[in-house]
Amino acid sequence: MQDAILLKIVFYFLAAAIAVFSVMAVTTRRILRAATYLLFVLFATAGLYFFLNYSFLGAVQLMVYAGGVIILYVFSILLTSTDKESPSPLFSLRRWIAMIASIGGICLVAFLVLTNVWPEVHAPATDEVNMKLIGHTLMGTEKGQYLLPFELMSVLLLACMVGGILIARKRS
Amino acid sequence: MEYTLFILILPLIGFLSLGLLGTRLKGKTAGYVGTALLAATAILAYITAWQYFSTPGVDGIRPTLIPLNWEWMRFTEHLHIDLGILLDPISVMMLVVISTVSLMVHIYSLGYMEGEKGFQRYYAFLGLFTFSMCGLVVATNIFQMYIFWELVGVSSYLLIGFYYTKPEAVAASKKAFIVTRFADMFFLIGILLLSYFTKTFDFGLLCSGEENLFASAAGKTFMGGAVLSWAMALIFIGAAGKSAMFPLHIWLPDAMEGPTPVSALIHAATMVVAGVYLVARLFPVYYFFTPEVLHGIAYVAAFTALYAAIVACVQTDIKRVLAFSTISQIGFMLVALGVSGMGTVEANGLESHEGLGYMASMFHLFTHAMFKALLFMGAGAIIHTVHSNEMSRMGGLRKQMPITHITFLVACLAIAGIPPFSGFFSKDEILTATFMFKPWLGVTMTFIAALTAFYMFRLYYNIFWGKPAQHDHPLHEAPSSMTSPLVFLALVTVVAGFIPFGKFVSSTGAAYIIHLDWKVALTSVIIALVSIFIAWKLYCKGSSKVPDKVAGFFGPLYTAAKHRFYIDEVYQFITHKIIFRCISQPLAWFDRHVIDGILNGIAWITCRGSLAFRWMQTGQLQSYALLLLCGCLLLLCIGLFR
Amino acid sequence: MELIPMEYYLVVSSIMFFAGIYGFITRKNLIAVLISVELVLTSTDINFAVFNRFLFPGHLEGMFFTLFSIGISAAETAVAIAIIINIYRNIKNVEVRNLKKLKD
Repeated sequence: MQDAILLKIVFYFLAAAIAVFSVMAVTTRRILRAATYLLFVLFATAGLYFFLNYSFLGAVQLMVYAGGVIILYVFSILLTSTDKESPSPLFSLRRWIAMIASIGGICLVAFLVLTNVWPEVHAPATDEVNMKLIGHTLMGTEKGQYLLPFELMSVLLLACMVGGILIARKRS
Repeated sequence: MEYTLFILILPLIGFLSLGLLGTRLKGKTAGYVGTALLAATAILAYITAWQYFSTPGVDGIRPTLIPLNWEWMRFTEHLHIDLGILLDPISVMMLVVISTVSLMVHIYSLGYMEGEKGFQRYYAFLGLFTFSMCGLVVATNIFQMYIFWELVGVSSYLLIGFYYTKPEAVAASKKAFIVTRFADMFFLIGILLLSYFTKTFDFGLLCSGEENLFASAAGKTFMGGAVLSWAMALIFIGAAGKSAMFPLHIWLPDAMEGPTPVSALIHAATMVVAGVYLVARLFPVYYFFTPEVLHGIAYVAAFTALYAAIVACVQTDIKRVLAFSTISQIGFMLVALGVSGMGTVEANGLESHEGLGYMASMFHLFTHAMFKALLFMGAGAIIHTVHSNEMSRMGGLRKQMPITHITFLVACLAIAGIPPFSGFFSKDEILTATFMFKPWLGVTMTFIAALTAFYMFRLYYNIFWGKPAQHDHPLHEAPSSMTSPLVFLALVTVVAGFIPFGKFVSSTGAAYIIHLDWKVALTSVIIALVSIFIAWKLYCKGSSKVPDKVAGFFGPLYTAAKHRFYIDEVYQFITHKIIFRCISQPLAWFDRHVIDGILNGIAWITCRGSLAFRWMQTGQLQSYALLLLCGCLLLLCIGLFR
Repeated sequence: MELIPMEYYLVVSSIMFFAGIYGFITRKNLIAVLISVELVLTSTDINFAVFNRFLFPGHLEGMFFTLFSIGISAAETAVAIAIIINIYRNIKNVEVRNLKKLKD
């Protein structure tokens, strides 16, 4: 029982972190802060994955996002050295419309989610996904196994790497 | 005899190759290519004729061969359009005529058109014309004929307008196209009417004389006339348009704006006789089912012949004289067809040939093609030297241009009907046929023949005798490329009369021997000689007093004839004052203000609407994303709370 | 896990999603726009994982989809940042409204 309460507290904490930091990430005027808030959101998301017992996913999320992507962001922000967005009217028409539409969207989706009758929600298995199973699934060629997308992924990453270098290289 | 297809294909190749690649060739080379192809065509046509006429038919009747026939479009079980080749006496004869004259014109043009801009284009068009004309005569069905009929019209249009920088030529080509097109509309209606009732386009079926074929049209009338008569009359209107029958003749004199060899080929020898050919092709239908239309054709043609002959007497432009002479001679051919019967009839122990007119018409078509082409080419040679079409700029040319003079004289004698030149024989047959039909018509035609002799010799004396006009450049004989066709055609003109034409072409296909009717022949020759004598008296000396006096004697008639009896003005009045003003202008107003107004209004509304919505199209991705978001949410709401 | 209903996760991810959209529409800086896109992507990732866990517990599709999605977003980020740096090199800032030409 105590565990349950603790878990609830953890979940609410994570949910609150995600909600608050994602809103802050898009409303702050300082770009470096936005990146930092994004980092927090991503951490919280990873936490959510751990919470769902997807430890591997959480680990990947932490490594790729927190370790790789955010570093990229920070460096690019520093490189482009525009720490601050240029001043613009804080409440322009577009901002208002976007805000209203977004809040409306959240309400709409929340309404949908909460009123929808879900088809036979199973009691989620609480067990951890076996690491060996993940490895086999990723490397297998059977039905429900993902060798081909995995290889495609690697090619894509390679292509992006080359592309990134090609685009960003200094031209004489 | 499948090789006859190449008679069509070779000129087409000429047209395509010269038309597409012509500009890469030198003008001269293009001319030689076109001429060589045409020579091959002509040889093929001669082989065809030889093979066709040397094989005897069953029971002495010449067969109708269809070496090739493709089904092209099928509408119903019976009604389908085919493309094929039909060989019978008249189509083979026409092939010979067309290829011969066309070859002569090709050779002649090498000299006449030398150095002209667009030499290649000219030869390409000649190829197109020859192709379409051959396609027309070998058509197996009336619709194929119609297709090639229009192609012929197009090539005629292109060739008349060859000097497209000259406003007169452009106007003339337009006029020719519109007038013939106007007539072709009736032709098409006629074809559709005919095929609606007979359920076929095929000449073989139509001309078989089958009663059942026309059974569905029997008893049906329209505005007091039988439907079949209407159909055949409408088809004749098409023929009249191409063959320049009154009152659709107005385009032909103007068509003389084209290069002279073109006039020789298209507007004298081949295209203008397409109408005659059409009537001859459908002759059994006319004869068996709508004889009244056939007689109507004879009267219209006779009137046209008379009208054109009178007008020809007073024209001063030599090509115009020849043009009106052509109209008149085509009138002769159609009169002969109109009065013709079919087959041979035993009467009073004498064999009298009812189908004489048919044979005579085709005979005259053949001889006329030769000597009229010769006349035009001769006129071309003169114009080439004198640089003018006007008679007053000529005179006394017999010394400078001996070859042209002799050949021109031969042609004039032929058209005037002096023996032993070819025109005498064919014209005599026509006159005999008309006398057999109605004596008064025969008398009229004899009178027209006399007029013919008169105006031709007026032309001849004015050009080659009389007072020489002043020229600032030396006159010379035409080059050999131009004179050799003249000589060749003159030779043909001399000997063609002795061809036993009845053996080859007759209404039923059965051969028979032509007899000269000596009474008719003698009268016509005497009258022709008298006319020539009058012309000699009036024009040979070159003194202009006597002709003026004669002109004064005829007074208004002379003036009217000089203005071609104001037919062009009547057309002008009807089209401009009545049709344009009362129908076209209100329509144009309606079009400009109402139809255009509606469209402009739509455009204006669209323009305004676009201006109103322009702010949306910022080109900024983020604005679009915002609109997309709003749209998606809206759709979601609609989907949910409908 | 029974103690937290699935809907809660979904509401959280939708908040994240619309925050990302809001940012995408309103931010001026290209990198900030990219950050917003990242939010949107992550929110969908959460959804995949949650659906997999709650609705199809025996399967692994949602998880792997999330895995690949993470990989793709990393790749996308790399390319996008390369482009942004290139833009910066050309026009000396990375403001959206200054981007009017694809090349000089």
